Amino acid sequence: MPMRSFLDFEKPIAELEGKIEELRHLTDAGDINIAEEVGKLQVKVDRLLRQTYGKLTAWQKVQVARHPERPHFQDVVRILVEDYMPLAGDRAFAEDRAIQGGIGRLRGRSVIVMGTEKGADTGERVKHNFGMAKPEGYRKARRLMELADRFRLPVITFVDTPGAYPGVDAEQRGQAEAIARAIEACLKLRVPLVACIVGEGGSGGAIALAAGDKVLMLEHAIYSVISPEGCASILWRSADHAQDAAEALKLTAQDLLRLGVADEIVPEPLGGAHRDPKAALDALGERIEWALQQLVGQDGGTLKARRRSKFLEMGKKGLS
Amino acid sequence: MNWLTNFVRPKIRALVRKAEVPENLWHKCPSCGQMLFHRDLEANLYVCQHCGHHMRLQAKRRLAMLFDGGVSTTIELPKAAVDPLRFRDRQRYGERLKEAQEKTGNADAILVAHGTIGGHAVVAAVFDFEFMGGSMGMAVGEALVAAAQLAVLQQAALIAVPSSGGARMQEGILSLMQMPRTVLAVEDVKEAGLPYIVILTDPTTGGVTASFAMLGDIAIAEPGAVVGFAGARVIAETIREQLPDGFQRAEYLLDHGMVDMVVPRHKLRETLARLLDLLRRPGPTAEVLSLPRSDAAAAASRADGARSGQD
Repeated sequence: MPMRSFLDFEKPIAELEGKIEELRHLTDAGDINIAEEVGKLQVKVDRLLRQTYGKLTAWQKVQVARHPERPHFQDVVRILVEDYMPLAGDRAFAEDRAIQGGIGRLRGRSVIVMGTEKGADTGERVKHNFGMAKPEGYRKARRLMELADRFRLPVITFVDTPGAYPGVDAEQRGQAEAIARAIEACLKLRVPLVACIVGEGGSGGAIALAAGDKVLMLEHAIYSVISPEGCASILWRSADHAQDAAEALKLTAQDLLRLGVADEIVPEPLGGAHRDPKAALDALGERIEWALQQLVGQDGGTLKARRRSKFLEMGKKGLS
Repeated sequence: MNWLTNFVRPKIRALVRKAEVPENLWHKCPSCGQMLFHRDLEANLYVCQHCGHHMRLQAKRRLAMLFDGGVSTTIELPKAAVDPLRFRDRQRYGERLKEAQEKTGNADAILVAHGTIGGHAVVAAVFDFEFMGGSMGMAVGEALVAAAQLAVLQQAALIAVPSSGGARMQEGILSLMQMPRTVLAVEDVKEAGLPYIVILTDPTTGGVTASFAMLGDIAIAEPGAVVGFAGARVIAETIREQLPDGFQRAEYLLDHGMVDMVVPRHKLRETLARLLDLLRRPGPTAEVLSLPRSDAAAAASRADGARSGQD
């Protein structure tokens, strides 16, 4: 088993699992006593996971959503998409590896899939710029949406990004305009758009891919207008208040469902999607398929009009 | 007490007070530091006479200098949910809102008005940076939707004048949702075949730039205005390098192809009038079309004939 990264609040779980590992190493084949002990400890671990993950604070959810082993876009492609053909470039400046996309089959149906990719190890994270896209990334996203429209293929997006890249080159090439046009492209689509917030939904860089007919969120994903750290340093004048900001921002999937921004929460495996990315993505795939069944076949004009009124009505109901 | 404290002292105070100069008579230019007399400043549209620095404008002043004769009708804006998240940082958001309302006299960070520019019907949505940094929450989003609807209803052009730090954090995700909402709003104006013009003023950043503000049919920026997505401080911290000279200024944007033109404030109304004329009266000018039978036209055509005869 590869080394798992544990979050601070998972310490008691880490200790128990460490013990289990030790015992397994001790086990001579067929030692019943040790097997029994391992079984008991495993029950304890499960109970602890259930307790911990059943009542995560907003700040803990932020950490889970950013967990390095959380399913990445490359896992989505590997687990959910058959016959995947990656498509590259914005046809104007560059290929932005922070946003990946292509064409493939999801449960037999041809779709355009795209998503932000943070990268799974240090080398990959640098290659994918930690999932922070530049204008060319958003322009590629727009290009792929237009391609989907032309061939009447549904679009599925997967969002896991700290946000759009804040850099001189990104500004020079019109980061704001690129994001605005990507949002516009989402809203103009005459084919279904199902957006999935898988990990971190960071501000403008997230909504650029997520102005969809259905917005699904994994159970411990977050989606926010600003990172809790950024918010704390502006409003509390200190990043030390990130926990307070995380609470105040109402950024959990559960908050967003209540506010009508997310349409559905997809439950994660016990202890979070990072413990079993395949199970998490299989569950997500089920719900995407269900959403597509509702949307595919609807007339393009109707889809667009309904998406439009969904966003225009947002914030008008469901508020306390 | 005696007459000295009861009578003389207040009298003296009153005298001194009369002699005091009210603070708002003189303004210091934030760019060159020169002291500017308020009447001169007002006459010069709040542009520094010494260095040309364009100061930030209150929304009502902007409206007054935008429309023909300074005349426009401000519309009542739709009510949006107030403090939907019951947000509290070091201070309650509700209190911050009240303070901003008292300070500016506006309900939120935007005013919407209609009138004419160069005789053309125009609806303008103007931000007030003094109101919580012109940040965009539900009320601002709702105002832009209303402005777009009014423009379509009146078959008027829509002019947006953002001046905003971006989304209003205190409304969390609902402020982020104003990005798609405002994109939809201006989309309606465009689909109705009406011009949508943006005047980018200092400063326009974040979620406001990354939505309706960068989608204008025509994009105009005021000289020196800072316009961008990420704030300069955030970028400097990320790349740990010195930012280029004039970074994110209007002129830099023009050089990088992000805006059509940089227009000084005193040329703004005239520029808008010309643009609206060109966009909304595309045919040959009225004189050529309707005057052939009049004496003037006959004279003109005789003159034309004479001229072509000479050719």
